Amino acid sequence: MTIDPLLFVLGIPLAGALILGLVGHRPFARDINSTASFGTFIAACALTARVISEGPMFAWDREFFIDPLNVFLVTLTAFVAFTTSLFSRPYMKVEVEHGKMTPRRLRLYHSMFQLFSFTMLLALLTNNMGILWVAMEAATLTTVLLVSVYRTPASLEAAWKYFILCGVGIAQALFGTVLLYMAAEKVVGSEGGALLWTHLDQVKGQLDPRIITLAFAFLFIGYGTKVGLVPLHNWLPDAHAEGPTPVSAVLSGLLLNVALYAILRCKVLTDAALQSPMAGQLMIGFGLLSVVVAAFFLSRQRDVKRMFAYSSIEHMGLITFAFGVGGPIATYAGLLHMTVHSLIKSSIFFAVGHASQKAGTQIMEEIRGLIRASPLVGWGLMLGSLAILGMPPFGVFASEFLILTTAMREQPWATPLLLLALGVAFAAIFGRVQPMVFGETALRRLPHPPAVLPVFVHLGLGLMLGLYVPPYLDQWYRQAARMVAG
Amino acid sequence: MSALFGQLINLFAAVLLLLAFGMLSQRKILSLIHLYTLQGLALVAATVVVAYATKQPHLYWSAGITLVLKVFLIPWLLHRVIDRLGVRWDIETLINIPTTMLIGVVLVIFAFNLAAPISALSSTIARGTLGIALACVLLSFMMMITRSKAVPQVIGFLSMENGLFFAAAAATYGMPMVVELGIALDVLVGILILGVFLFHIREQFDSLDIRHLEKLKE
Repeated sequence: MTIDPLLFVLGIPLAGALILGLVGHRPFARDINSTASFGTFIAACALTARVISEGPMFAWDREFFIDPLNVFLVTLTAFVAFTTSLFSRPYMKVEVEHGKMTPRRLRLYHSMFQLFSFTMLLALLTNNMGILWVAMEAATLTTVLLVSVYRTPASLEAAWKYFILCGVGIAQALFGTVLLYMAAEKVVGSEGGALLWTHLDQVKGQLDPRIITLAFAFLFIGYGTKVGLVPLHNWLPDAHAEGPTPVSAVLSGLLLNVALYAILRCKVLTDAALQSPMAGQLMIGFGLLSVVVAAFFLSRQRDVKRMFAYSSIEHMGLITFAFGVGGPIATYAGLLHMTVHSLIKSSIFFAVGHASQKAGTQIMEEIRGLIRASPLVGWGLMLGSLAILGMPPFGVFASEFLILTTAMREQPWATPLLLLALGVAFAAIFGRVQPMVFGETALRRLPHPPAVLPVFVHLGLGLMLGLYVPPYLDQWYRQAARMVAG
Repeated sequence: MSALFGQLINLFAAVLLLLAFGMLSQRKILSLIHLYTLQGLALVAATVVVAYATKQPHLYWSAGITLVLKVFLIPWLLHRVIDRLGVRWDIETLINIPTTMLIGVVLVIFAFNLAAPISALSSTIARGTLGIALACVLLSFMMMITRSKAVPQVIGFLSMENGLFFAAAAATYGMPMVVELGIALDVLVGILILGVFLFHIREQFDSLDIRHLEKLKE
C-alpha cells in the first residue's frame, strides 16, 4: 500500500503548529520549525513526482484535487516556506538579543508560521470553493497574529488595518461563493458537490451568466483585496513594513500568489459561463491601475520594506494584467512571473532583513555601505534588486518581455503605460538601493552570521529560470496555461 | 402552507433588516450588543423556518451552530470584553446619524436592484430575501466605516457575517456542512483574536479610538 504524500503535505505543517504551540519556546523550537518545513517540502516534491508520472489526481472523496496549475504552486509554496524558516533562525536570534522578541512571542511566531503554511497549502490543494474561502480567511487570521507580533503601536495599527480591510474583502468573496453555489446548484443539484471545482468545471458552460457575472465581481473584489490590487491595497505596505521580515517574505512570496490563484480558478469558470471577456477586462483594468499607481507610490517611500511592498503590488498588478489578457502565451508568462517574483522578492526580503538589523533601522537613508559591512548581504540585495527590476538574464526579464510583447499585440494601448511604470520603478528602486549597498559604512556587526544561503539559492533559481526553463517545468506551465486560457 | 412559511421567512428577513438599521443608529455599545444578539435570534428563526419548510435536515444543524455561536457565545465574549475594558460610553460617529440613515436607505435600494434579477432565478422558498441579505451586508459595511471606535467596528464586522449567513440560507438552503463548519470556526477564532487585540490596542494607546491608528500613511 502506498502512502499518500498529500497527507504529509497537509499533515506536517498542522502537526508542526500544534507541537510548537504546545512545547512553547525552547532552543530547539527553531529546529522543529525548519525540520517541519523541510518535511513539507519533501512531501510536496513527492506529490509533484507522482502527478508527473500519473497525471492529475483526486484524493479523499474528491475533496482534494491536484492538477498542473496547483502542483507547481504547492512546490513553490513549500520551498519558499522552507527557506524562510532557515532565514528566520539567525534573524530571530538577533531580534531576541535586541529585545524585540520574547519567548512567548517566539512561540506564537513559530506556531503561526506553520499554521500559515498549512492554510496556504490547504487553499491550493482543496477542490472545494467553500474550503478555499475558509483557508484564505484562516490565512488572514494567522498572518494578523504574525504582523502584530512585536506589539508596537505601528504594528498593532498595521495588523488592525489588515484585519478589518481583508475581513471586509474576504466577506465579499464569501458572498461571491454563495452566488456561485446558487448558480451551480441549479445545474448539478445540491447533492452533487456543487462547490467542487472539478464538477463546476465540467458544467461551466451551463452556469447562469447573470448570476456568474455578479459572483465573479464579488469574488474578484474579495480575493483581489488579498492580492493587494489598487485601490484595495492599503493594508499591504503596512503589514509588510511593520511585521517581522520573515513574515514580509512569506506575505509577498506566498499569500499574494495564493490569492491570485483563487481568482484564476474563478476566472476559468466565469470565462466559459459568460462567453464574453468580462473577467479578463476587469483583470486588465485593475492590474494596469495597480502597476501604475504602485510605481509612483514606490518612488516616494523612505522605508525599505515599504518600498519593496509597493514593488510587490506592482508585480501582482502585472501578473493580473497578464492573466487578464489571456491566451496561452500571456498566461504562461503570468505563471512564470508568479514563480520568479515569489523567489526573487523573498530573497530581497531576506537581504533587507539582515541589512536593517545591522543598521538598526528600516529607513533607507540610514543604511549605507552594506558591501563593506557584509559583502554577501550587499551583493544579495543588489542582485536581487536588479533581478526584480527586470534586468536580463534573470527570470523576471523573460516573463516581463513575454508580457509586454503580448500586450503590444493584444492590448497595444496598455504598453506605454506599462513601460512608463516599469521605468519609474526602475529609477526609484535602483536609485535607492545603490547608495545603500555602496558608500561609507557605519553598520555594526551582528552577533550571529546572516543566513545568506537562502538568498543566493533563490537568486540562482531566478537566474536559471531566465536562462533555461527545465523541460518538465515548461511542460507544467504549458499544461496549466492551456487549462486557464481554455 | 408554503405561502405561510414564505411569509414567515419574509417577516424574519424584515426583522433582520430593521435590526441592521437599528445598529446603524445606535450610540451605546451595550445596546449594540443587544441588537446583535437579537439579529442572531432572527437569523436562527429564519433558518429553522426554512429548514422545516424544505425538510433540509442539515439546516437545523446550521441553525444550532448559529444559536450557540451568535446568540450565546459571541455576545457573552463581547460583554466580557467591554466589562474588562470599561467601555460603556456613547459612541461618536464620523457622520451624523440622520445622514447615515439616509445613506443606508440608498444602500438598501441599491441592494434590491442588484439582487432583483438574481433572486428571480432562484428556485428556493426564500428567494425574495436575497436583496435583504445583501442590504444587511452593505449596512454593516457602512457601520464599520462610520464608527471611530474599535468595538463598534468589530460588531459591524460580525453583523456583516450575519447578513452573509442569511444570504446563504436564503439563496441556496445553506452551504455544504463542511464549509459552514469552517466558516463558523473562522468567525469564532477571529472574534477571539480581535478580543485580545482590543486589549493590546488599549495598552499601547490608552484608548480604543481608531483615529489613533492613522499614523501609517501611503
